[in-house]
This record gives sequence, C-alpha cells and structure tokens, in this order.
Amino acid sequence: MDKSTVKIHITDRSGLSHLIDAPTDMGMNLMEVIRSYELEDEGTVGICGGMSMCASCQCYINSPHDLKIPSQEERLMLSEAFNIQENSRLSCQIFISNDLDGLKLTIAPGE
Amino acid sequence: MVRTDILIIGAGPVGLFTVFEAGLLKMKCHLIDVLPKPGGQCSELYPKKPIYDIPGYPEILADELTNKLLEQSKQFEPGFTLGERAESLNREEDGSFTVITNKGTVHKAPIVVIAGGLGSFEPRKPNIPIIEKFENKGVHYFIQDPEIFRDKKVAIAGGGDSALDWTILLSEIASEVTLIHRSNEFRGALSSVEKVQQLKDAKRVNVKTSAQVVNLMGSEYLESILIDQSNHPQKELEVDHFIPLFGLLPKLGPISNWGLEIEKNAIKVNNSLDYQTNIPGVFAVGDVNIYPGKLKLILCGFHEATVMCQYAFKIINPEKRFLLKYTTVTGVNGFDGSSKSTPKSIVKKIQ
Repeated sequence: MDKSTVKIHITDRSGLSHLIDAPTDMGMNLMEVIRSYELEDEGTVGICGGMSMCASCQCYINSPHDLKIPSQEERLMLSEAFNIQENSRLSCQIFISNDLDGLKLTIAPGE
Repeated sequence: MVRTDILIIGAGPVGLFTVFEAGLLKMKCHLIDVLPKPGGQCSELYPKKPIYDIPGYPEILADELTNKLLEQSKQFEPGFTLGERAESLNREEDGSFTVITNKGTVHKAPIVVIAGGLGSFEPRKPNIPIIEKFENKGVHYFIQDPEIFRDKKVAIAGGGDSALDWTILLSEIASEVTLIHRSNEFRGALSSVEKVQQLKDAKRVNVKTSAQVVNLMGSEYLESILIDQSNHPQKELEVDHFIPLFGLLPKLGPISNWGLEIEKNAIKVNNSLDYQTNIPGVFAVGDVNIYPGKLKLILCGFHEATVMCQYAFKIINPEKRFLLKYTTVTGVNGFDGSSKSTPKSIVKKIQ
C-alpha cells in the first residue's frame, strides 16, 4: 500500500458513502479533502477557509480513532453550531495522518 | 435615486479595489453591501486574522487591509449603500441597469460589477421548526431599534460577542433579560463576559448555560419559549421577544435569480477577456466568479477587477481611444481635487 495516502470513509449529506484516498503528505485537513473530492456543493463546506470560525464543515466521527482533542477555538465554535452530537467535530481541524487510516465520518447537515 | 458609472455589489476587498482602478480611468463607483460596514468577509469573519499573501505585505490583518483599501479608494469618492441587500437587476431601455435593494433604494448605472464573495451574509437560524411563524412577531435575528424591547421580557440565545453585547445593552432597557447558551463558555471580549457575569450576580439578567431553546409557543405573537437545560426538566419561560444571535452565514441569495449563469454556487465569467458574465455590461470579480483555473484569493480578485475596469471603460466610452497608463507616470488625480505624482527630477549642471 502506498504509505502517503490513507483510506477515509465519508458519508455525504445526501447519505451516499464514499471511500476515498486522502494524502498524508500535503498538510491537508478533512475539510479540504471533502472539498477536493467535491463531495458537497462548493460554498457549503469550509466557508471560513478552515479557521474554526464557522461550523459549515461539521462532521460526525463514526469510528473509534484516537483523534487529537479539539482546541478551545474548535470547542467554542461547536458550542454555537447546530445539529450537534457527541461525536461532532470540525473537519477543518482534523489533519490527515497515518493514524486516520480507516476513519469513518458523516458530514453534518448544511445550515 | 443613486446614479453612478459602475455599481459594485459587495464592499469587500475586491469591490473596494475596483473603486481605485475605476477611478484611475475617471469612472465613479457606488457600492452596495448587506453588512453595515465595508470589508466583507475581512470584517465579518476574520478581522483580526493576519493575511500573508497580499503582495508587498509580509503580514497584514484583515481589517487593516480593509482600512488601507478604503484609504486608497477614498480620493475617488465612492458612494455606499450599506446594510441593504441588492434584490433585483433590470435592464432599462437606454441599456443601463437598475438595481433595487431590499429597502427600496434605487441605483442606476451603465455597468454592474458583482464582487459579492460568497454571497450576502444572512443570519444563522436555529433549528426550531416553528420559528418562521414568529419571525417579526417576537423573533428577531437583528436588532435595529432597541427601543422596541423597552419594558418587555426578552430572551437572547447565543454565546458570541453579539449575544453578550445585546444582553448588556438590553439589561438597561428591557424588564427582563435571559441569556441562553448551549455551553458555559462564551467567546467574546473578556470585558463583555465579565460585565455579563456582574449583571448576573446583581440579578439584572438571567443566564442559562448548557441550555437551548427547543420550542416556541404563542397564538399569533410569541408568548413563551421552551428551554431544555441539562440536568433540569424542560421549562417554559414567558417572553415577548426571542433574539437568536448565532452569527451570519453567506448565501448567494437574490443574485441567483438575475438570469446569470451559475456553476458551483458561483457566477460564470469570461476569463479569457474581461470577466463579463452572460449578461453584457454585468461583470463578476473575486470569490463570487468561476472560470477554469479559478483561485479564490484576494490577490486574484485584484487582478480581475483591474482587467474588468479596462473593458468597463470601453463600454462607457466606446468612441475613445485608450492606452493603459502607469501611476508612476501619470500620478493619481482624485475626484476630490487631490493629486499625487512622482516628484520632478532635478536637472542641474555640475560646474
């Protein structure tokens, strides 16, 4: 297996699931991966560009991966977001690395 | 009625720079923006974030960039219609365009430039199914006249600056203020958080944290709200007004009904020539447009605006010959009478 990509299972807002290759060596975050594969309409994910300043990239993590705990900025933004669940995260704050291989997530509904 | 040469929809960085480039070509601009102040995303989303890819500025804060652009365009005396959303675009018999805002302000110009970024900022509405029934019947997403809350019972929801600021202000006006937030952490200026704490301690406002409004009740007007607070039974609270303040989100909005060709939530333009849309005389620049190879960067928007102004000039002045001039050669002559130019070099003999 090519070590520079990991497999990510993403369920989009319409319920379709995608198994995609995400590069670990491009400094990309999950929000950017979602956008680069055009899984959602442009302009509906990552509106603030990845600064934890909107919640348009919110996702639900559905696998038991050990992710870095959210920063204070992310936590505060999530506290104002809608459709929040226990497993909610801002995908722009999760950077692609080898330990994300097999990660499963669902993109939260748009606002 | 506002009359101008170039009507710019969107007062973000690219719209503001358009004023300068148009001014060099002696064309006057007027800007419309739904936000109450210029700057677009730079003011609304990230005023205090540094930007590192503006040519010539190793680092500049977003609101500083806005201020510099305002300063640069000031000599060309742009007009502003702020706090209003451009609602309709119509072509008149004489070929010019009329743009009317949601508040009825009429603008007329031969050229329209859409520099609308991601669209107009609209309030984020909480997921309460019945909320639309009570909009303007007790539910408000903006506060225009605080006096309507005098001696009323008000509930505010949200955890950011505007929720805190309005809680403080309305505590002086309303008979009862309840602030409801899903977390117990607030993200706002420290002084505002402390002030709300003081007001709470003095029992001037009620603060419910780890709580959210889940339902609204009333026959025609809002009469009460249902609050779900963790470790508490759901509670009904009598209120006259409910003000959810969850920030703003950009939406393409009315522009999408103007007959423009839209792709991926953006307006298609001719990038091989002039950034004109499918409607002749209507251009789109900055984040709002799309073409093969598009990059949503402020610096690319500056380029697009510059090219677009040259073609706008040709539309307004079809009979005139024209050659690009350099500001180092001609200087800058403002509409306000100001004039900047390179100091003349001194010629003197050496004896």
